[in-house]
Amino acid sequence: MWLHVAKPFHRFSQRQCVLLSKAVCPHRLHLSTTQFTDAFYDGLYPGHIHTTPIQKALLALGSGVAALQNPYRHDMVAVLGETTGHLALIKLRDRMRNDPEGYSVLTERPRIRLSTLDLSKMASLPDGSFGREYFRFLEDNHVTPDSRAEVKFVDNEELAYVMQRYREVHDLLHTLLGMPTNMLGEVAVKWFEAAQTGLPMCALGAVLGPFRLNASRLQLLFTSLGPWALQNGQRSRCILSIFYERRWEQSLEDLRQELNIEPPPVILSATKKKSN
Amino acid sequence: MAASMRLLVRRAIRLSHRHVKVAAAGVSARSGCCWEPSSCRCYSDAAGDRSTHFGFETVPETEKAKRVYKVFENVAQKYDIMNDAMSLGIHRVWKDMLLHAMHPQAGVRLLDVAGGTGDIAFRFLEYIRSQQERQKRRAARSMKTPSWQDISNNYSTEDEDRPQESRAVVCDINKEMLKVGKQKAENMGIRAGLSWVVGDAEELPFDDDQFDIYTIAFGIRNVTHIDQALQEALRVLKPGGRFMCLEFSKVTNPVLARLYDAYSFQMIPVLGEVIAGDWKSYQYLVESIRKFPGQEEFKGMIEDAGFYCVRYYNLTGGVVALHSGFKL
Repeated sequence: MWLHVAKPFHRFSQRQCVLLSKAVCPHRLHLSTTQFTDAFYDGLYPGHIHTTPIQKALLALGSGVAALQNPYRHDMVAVLGETTGHLALIKLRDRMRNDPEGYSVLTERPRIRLSTLDLSKMASLPDGSFGREYFRFLEDNHVTPDSRAEVKFVDNEELAYVMQRYREVHDLLHTLLGMPTNMLGEVAVKWFEAAQTGLPMCALGAVLGPFRLNASRLQLLFTSLGPWALQNGQRSRCILSIFYERRWEQSLEDLRQELNIEPPPVILSATKKKSN
Repeated sequence: MAASMRLLVRRAIRLSHRHVKVAAAGVSARSGCCWEPSSCRCYSDAAGDRSTHFGFETVPETEKAKRVYKVFENVAQKYDIMNDAMSLGIHRVWKDMLLHAMHPQAGVRLLDVAGGTGDIAFRFLEYIRSQQERQKRRAARSMKTPSWQDISNNYSTEDEDRPQESRAVVCDINKEMLKVGKQKAENMGIRAGLSWVVGDAEELPFDDDQFDIYTIAFGIRNVTHIDQALQEALRVLKPGGRFMCLEFSKVTNPVLARLYDAYSFQMIPVLGEVIAGDWKSYQYLVESIRKFPGQEEFKGMIEDAGFYCVRYYNLTGGVVALHSGFKL
């Protein structure tokens, strides 16, 4: 009887051995230098923490409860996404691989953070261009591209990058969809993301987000914004496959057409007080 | 079992990675020492600096103190909540048992090293205060109808109580932990009889023969040189003074040990991530518990430092051990 128990353990630890031996040759070329606070990291990528399936389950449960109790805990939302999103990440990665531009994103591994963006150049671009609108979005909503948590619990280096890219593209998606960072805008973006990526965390956010909206906004969501977000999420090209860093000068309308996204049915303005 | 396999493998990979790094730097590798499960001090030929354990990692001794400081700086705000969550509130029982074993009388001076958020010091003051109240009540009950002479005598003895005031000094190397403790004291309204001092357990900022009781609760395993901390304890205690140490130790029962290991390595870092947002600090915590010597070995270390009548009591099946010794 113990043999039956011991064998999967043996296989499990063997698999861990293989994974860990891969860790010895670091994939340093792909990641930006700002992640290298410690040159020696234990895991498949800087910030990676090994977790057993039990730990992942506990993390998913705990982070879900914590995120529901306090939606401002972005790190808990991030952990929930990482621990529940394995299958969705695989699907996303495969979609990226099948797209030529997505494939170049996967190999070149660009990162969107303040150190890699040239904000002054973006501010000087003409109105209506993607870069200028993104800059306007950052200013109007008082957000910065550096507020994204690092990926910790994804046990595959490539999938971890896909997750990281998804987080960093979130703000760009706001720009593409024309949604501000208030609650209604966030829920609309979540509906789009849930339809596009299939990540359970997005689906959870999409289902639970509307509970925090008042009646008039709920009506707006269910009548026009919601269906628009869902439809466009399903039919648009994979948003992670776009090499945004090379398209700052492109016009926003042009980019939307290329991605097969309709402009928003309702223009929402960024509210003065931040109500995420 | 898978956990320990994985940890061994992780150590092997760390060892081989270090070989790669160190070989590239052209320095002879510190091989072999990483395999020792017990705390080892190994000497490197080239640099001449000693190394010690930080959890299951091996780090230079100079680095350990810095890293421990960082850990407690990060966890200070959520320290008490995490203690309750991780031990399911049992840590309060352990600390109460320490106080009961201590049985302090009015007028003693306590030094609580690595006292951080002040749990022991608060309990100490509360214990003495409730003892004094009980004595007063007993005295009052025995004197139901006092004469005027007795009442005036009582007034004069109340003044004499002042020099008998007990004092607790909380000493910690980490300012963040002391800040949290001071805040707690303010919230509880405790002002008299408590001081907060920043200090290193290996080099206490106190004169010799100052204190009646020295306690260190769940702090000594974080000290780089435990023997130095014990010698400092001996130095600052008055003759007849008592050394008391609460620390995580080796579980005696094998079934409980398995459960404890599984709980420690699976649950506690998860709790750390969910509640405090810090997985690595709590991973360090459970690893440092495994690296700390067992009950008998630690008893030997205390005796080596010069304490007499050293005893230990296992709490919760050996999860925690209370060591006690006297300076004679």
